[in-house]
Amino acid sequence: MKILVMVKQVPDTATRIRINSDGTGIATDGIKWIINPYDEFALEEALRLREKFGGEVVAVALGPSRVEEAIRQSLAMGADRAVHIKTEAELDASLVAEALGAVAREEGFDLILTGKQAVDDDAAQVGARLAVVLGVPQVTVVLKLEVDAESRRVRAERELEGASEMVEAPLPAVLTAQRGLNEPRYPTLPNIMKAKRKPVTVKTLEELGVGTVLQARVMALTLPSERPAGRILEGEPEETVRELVRLLHEEAKVL
Amino acid sequence: MPYPPYFTAEHDLFRQTVRRFVEQEITPVVAQWEEVGEFPRDILRRMAELGFLGVHYPPEVGGQGGDYFMAVVLAEELARSGAGGFPMALAVQTDMATPPIWRFGTAEQIARYLIPALKGEKLACLGITEPDHGSDVAGIETRARREGQGWLIQGSKTFITNGPRADFMTLVARTGDTPGYHGLSLFLVDLDLPGVVRTRLDKVGMRSSDTALFHFDQVRVPQQALLGEEGQGFYHIMWELQGERLISAAGALGSAQYAYDIACDYAKARKLFDRSLTGFQVIAHLLAEMATEIEAARQLTYETAWNFARGTISAKDIALAKLVSARMVNWVVDRAVQILGGHGYVADWPLERMWRDVRLNRIGAGTDEIMKEIISQEMGLRNS
Ligand SMILES: Cc1cc2nc3c(=O)[nH]c(=O)nc-3n(C[C@H](O)[C@H](O)[C@H](O)COP(=O)(O)OP(=O)(O)OC[C@H]3O[C@@H](n4cnc5c(N)ncnc54)[C@H](O)[C@@H]3O)c2cc1C
Repeated sequence: MKILVMVKQVPDTATRIRINSDGTGIATDGIKWIINPYDEFALEEALRLREKFGGEVVAVALGPSRVEEAIRQSLAMGADRAVHIKTEAELDASLVAEALGAVAREEGFDLILTGKQAVDDDAAQVGARLAVVLGVPQVTVVLKLEVDAESRRVRAERELEGASEMVEAPLPAVLTAQRGLNEPRYPTLPNIMKAKRKPVTVKTLEELGVGTVLQARVMALTLPSERPAGRILEGEPEETVRELVRLLHEEAKVL
Repeated sequence: MPYPPYFTAEHDLFRQTVRRFVEQEITPVVAQWEEVGEFPRDILRRMAELGFLGVHYPPEVGGQGGDYFMAVVLAEELARSGAGGFPMALAVQTDMATPPIWRFGTAEQIARYLIPALKGEKLACLGITEPDHGSDVAGIETRARREGQGWLIQGSKTFITNGPRADFMTLVARTGDTPGYHGLSLFLVDLDLPGVVRTRLDKVGMRSSDTALFHFDQVRVPQQALLGEEGQGFYHIMWELQGERLISAAGALGSAQYAYDIACDYAKARKLFDRSLTGFQVIAHLLAEMATEIEAARQLTYETAWNFARGTISAKDIALAKLVSARMVNWVVDRAVQILGGHGYVADWPLERMWRDVRLNRIGAGTDEIMKEIISQEMGLRNS
């Protein structure tokens, strides 16, 4: 079974985000980068499927040189090799899906796994768009996965608001992983050392025939406004309770 | 990739992995280990499974084939659990009790002790210190006499880390009648043998590590229990102590950096008199000084470790690194407590524990005074 895992590098969730000088993105200096946690679930699932059915796991990542760190970690966790679509350009979800789709077409695949969304922009677009680009079925927000290699079908449990749904689809397909699908492994030291010798193919957007003309562009990025200071009501309990109820009703509008 | 050439991208990834492991599997439970006075043995098996035990041993003996700086990374990162006890116990397992087996042991001894230790199946301890002889290793009195096909061991060892539950001890005992350096030998002693009596010791810090006093009452061990050459025990153990001191220096760097990080974050966030604590020059300069002290000790330790890994074992440099890092970590952790004020002293923060734990750095693996003794001797001052 050949599985592609789409891995995005995102700022560490513990990073304090600052806005860059032109107000359209985050300031990237001094940021610690990690693999998008949902993509880690996807990678872990791919590795488990390979352990069960054999085959190959290829990690695919897009971005500037710093992305090599995420690729190295994917290889250290156990991916067999990687493709790095190297670009400094800021792409929108549609272009990213096209670029990943071009790699997937070149590589061929039985299954594509990725995170249900990236924790940096929370757009949840790439997995779905990729399935459309490739014209294959998609199952998103997967919590549990069974693959039948014989009949080449997957059964996936999807998480819905307050319910779960069982979906069946034929391979090849694109699946997006939800937290809870598995517990990602730590890269062991021998695998960390082996990762350096695993092949990484570098591709450019030109080679893949993908442009950089954006359909959607970020106009402005701002931090959430600071929380206003709390207010303390003073006086007799009878009055303050009445005042509190009034404020909750009229100002906070929670009652 | 900080600190080239010591660390490469692989070290960074390993550091990231260990940090995550510590955050997820040690920090949340370490307070409980401290409370009961020991770590659970499962954690060793878990670490073995993840390839964290014996990172710098070759794969043939069950190690991970990493270089010495992988061990440095591990020691630094384990210190970020905010407890010194478990990391020390682990260092005894992988860097103190077992290196002599790898270096001087027979294939059979490696198979019987080293490999199971690196799998986390056997718990190891190191028996040098005696109730009457600590710093003066040459004065060791525990006696092993040849008897029939084996040896008969009589004597006491104390302050033995991992002692209460260890499966075997790498023991230093006297095998000849000549006093002093000559006539000491190493043994590998199974601790379930008749005549081994152990008593658990209580202590101010390092509480997730259990410690014992041993009495060996006519303990009979086979001929093959001898480790290395008979009569060469002093030199064998002096070799062992070099690695022990260096890894303890690395652990001190990790603790100091962690205490500094806590104090620095706290000082930035803490608002007093309408400004943050770092807005006071006294505190900002104190943090600057802490960072400086850490950096100086770090450079010396890394440089020494780099040479050590390449086979240049300088007892003097190692003593310098051990002395400087032990004093530095005590100074830094004490200042970190001061910056947090009352919060530094209560158990809601890890600093009070670290403050108790790091006191051992100036005593264990050779005291500050003994480091100075080594340095002055190597400088030729004592015999001029
Ligand atoms: C928690 C803990 C864990 C330990 N784990 C182990 C272990 O696993 N295995 C093991 O073998 N040991 C272990 N030790 C023992 C440790 O290595 C010794 O405590 C240390 O070497 C000092 O020996 P001592 O306590 O006998 O002090 P002493 O040697 O009696 O020293 C007392 C004081 O005299 C000073 N002094 C000694 N000689 C000189 C000199 N020549 N010049 C100037 N001053 C001098 C010392 O620096 C010290 O201040 C452990 C100790 C502790 C507390």
